[in-house]
Amino acid sequence: MMPAVGCPAVVPTAPAGDPWRSHTVRIEGIVEEIPGVRTYDLRFLDEAVARGYRFAPGQFNMLHLPGIGEAAISISSDPADPARLAHTVRAVGNVTDALARLQPGETLMLRGPFGGPWPLADRTGRDIVLVAGGLGLASQRAAICELARQRSQYASVTVLHGAKEPAGLLYTCEYRAWQEAGLEVRSIVDGPPAGGGAAASPGWDGRVGLVTDLLEELTILSGQATVLCCGPDPMMTAVARTAIRRGVAAEEIFLSLERNMACAVRHCGLCQFGPVFVCQDGPVFPFAAIERFLAVAHL
Amino acid sequence: MQRENHPAGPGRCQVDGSPQAAVGDWVWLNVADLQLLIDALRHDGRRVVGPQVADAAVVYRDLERAADLPRGWIDEQDGGHYRLRRDEAAGVFDHVVGPHSLKNFLFPARETIGRFLREDGTWRQLDDLPPEPPLAVIGVRACDLAGLAIQDRVFLGGESVDPGYRRRRESLFLVAVNCRRAAATCFCHSTGCGPAVSAGFDLALTERDGRFACEVGSERGAAVLATVSAATSLLACSHDEVSAARGQPAALEQAMHARQEEAGQPKPRSLNTEGIRDLLFDNLEHPRWEEVASRCLSCTNCTLVCPTCFCSSVGEVADLSGDAVERERHWASCFTLDHARMHGTSVRSSTASRYRQWLTHKLAGWIDQFGTSGCTGCGRCITWCPVGIDITEEVAAIRDTAGQKESPA
Repeated sequence: MMPAVGCPAVVPTAPAGDPWRSHTVRIEGIVEEIPGVRTYDLRFLDEAVARGYRFAPGQFNMLHLPGIGEAAISISSDPADPARLAHTVRAVGNVTDALARLQPGETLMLRGPFGGPWPLADRTGRDIVLVAGGLGLASQRAAICELARQRSQYASVTVLHGAKEPAGLLYTCEYRAWQEAGLEVRSIVDGPPAGGGAAASPGWDGRVGLVTDLLEELTILSGQATVLCCGPDPMMTAVARTAIRRGVAAEEIFLSLERNMACAVRHCGLCQFGPVFVCQDGPVFPFAAIERFLAVAHL
Repeated sequence: MQRENHPAGPGRCQVDGSPQAAVGDWVWLNVADLQLLIDALRHDGRRVVGPQVADAAVVYRDLERAADLPRGWIDEQDGGHYRLRRDEAAGVFDHVVGPHSLKNFLFPARETIGRFLREDGTWRQLDDLPPEPPLAVIGVRACDLAGLAIQDRVFLGGESVDPGYRRRRESLFLVAVNCRRAAATCFCHSTGCGPAVSAGFDLALTERDGRFACEVGSERGAAVLATVSAATSLLACSHDEVSAARGQPAALEQAMHARQEEAGQPKPRSLNTEGIRDLLFDNLEHPRWEEVASRCLSCTNCTLVCPTCFCSSVGEVADLSGDAVERERHWASCFTLDHARMHGTSVRSSTASRYRQWLTHKLAGWIDQFGTSGCTGCGRCITWCPVGIDITEEVAAIRDTAGQKESPA
């Protein structure tokens, strides 16, 4: 009955036992990526926990600030170095605002990893196209790390990143390293502001338009391609429809959804989307499994 | 919890040296024996809860005296209507179901799920949570047992197990009761959840002529009965008496199927569950959602009284220093904007979208998620809805006009 999710055979999961059990992490460093968005470099205090922790690209952790609250945040670091966890967070609410006030050296609690990963393992030999809208790239950075290391196993790897404005483009200082690893990286920002000229922003000489424009131009987009997409729901639907029109199978288009979440283990009910729990059935879903529900407003 | 169909012979369970009642046996309990039963359960260190009249309803409360059970009370229920009425002929358990269910105890409305301490600037989670005594509940109906089995699937049946629920569930002692009457709002006969109690209990009572035929459902039930029989001799039920006791809920079930609408009487409910998952998921944009939203107050009552609704959110309770924090899980409801809040707005901003979430989850999504419907047919959501919205009527309306489409605002 459950929509099949194309996951590799072995997915790291949070240790059995109390799903509310969390571990202390210390902030080792903070990088201001773009205005209002920071990447937190976190390490477990407990050596044994650090040694036992594994995650796969696309999974998320629950970051808990005692007394403030908890938030589900994608893991944005390299899964090859799982003891060193990066989370890229936009300050948009209670928990993320409080996180933004923390300094290196301070501690918080973490539990995870949760959810299923991007389906990379069983898609070697294919053209991998990652499409990210805004902060959606944070959920793909771990996959990009892995694809960059294992680039030769895939026919091609392309990263398409769209943002409202140039200042919204994430990880731009890493583009060169990704390109040197053999990844194709293209970015685009939304159309010019109302009353503005042709340029979306002063000083921007890159592409202006929607991320689907980049997708349309992609010659490798065909039945050999797997599309991994993360962004706002309408953007992901548009990406999926474009990809299908270009011959990509609906089963080979994967979307990472975001919903309200309190437990991350199918108990709190908050993340329901039609018949699925985004936390554990997802957050990565084949478009084919959720298409009919994405088409319904306010579901 | 294995049951066998071999009623004990007459006299088998008397205290004078003969064998004690075993799983599958039936013995007679007198009304006076209910106090011995409560005492036996309490003697073992259990907290005992049972139905009592309070605030003009029959609710589950801590029970010490059998005299506090709602003997002689009948509940009249209809959409948005619940009244208790004295009926001197009524037995101890002739009310049906009140606003409470086992959920109130197994999955309490508020629960501490973790404690955190900050020392020298470093947070850590503490190991200890407050202990709770094991619980015994008297008066549980077939629909309550069905609701419990559904919540078991939610909290125990998946990859992750809820530790608090498991602790309470494992030590739970259940004294079930076979209903002798059905409210107009009851439709357990059409969901396959009742009215007969069939499994999942420690002891089950069938009230007959002022006494109770008591079926032993578990070793724990047998042990508690052994304590009772140390204080009074318990007569085994005869074969004929067991057959008659079994026939009682079976007759009620037949009567529920035969119920007809009568002028001046509340409409008897039933739910056609055939193909219900696809029916609802194929009609997510049916105009009925807007129509019901024009009546729904989004008050959350239906989710509070529902024995299976399990949504929750977590709050932080800090002391004045901010260095000692408890995380408290509390019930949430899909009828609130907070339930689907994301980036400062709610995904389900309209009442239509929230009612649709509740009903489609209960009757359709649940089947995908847990392999069972989320509805037991207890009728609480109908009774306790302040405007009398009726889940069976809403499903019937969609079934009658399936395929109509109108996007909710």
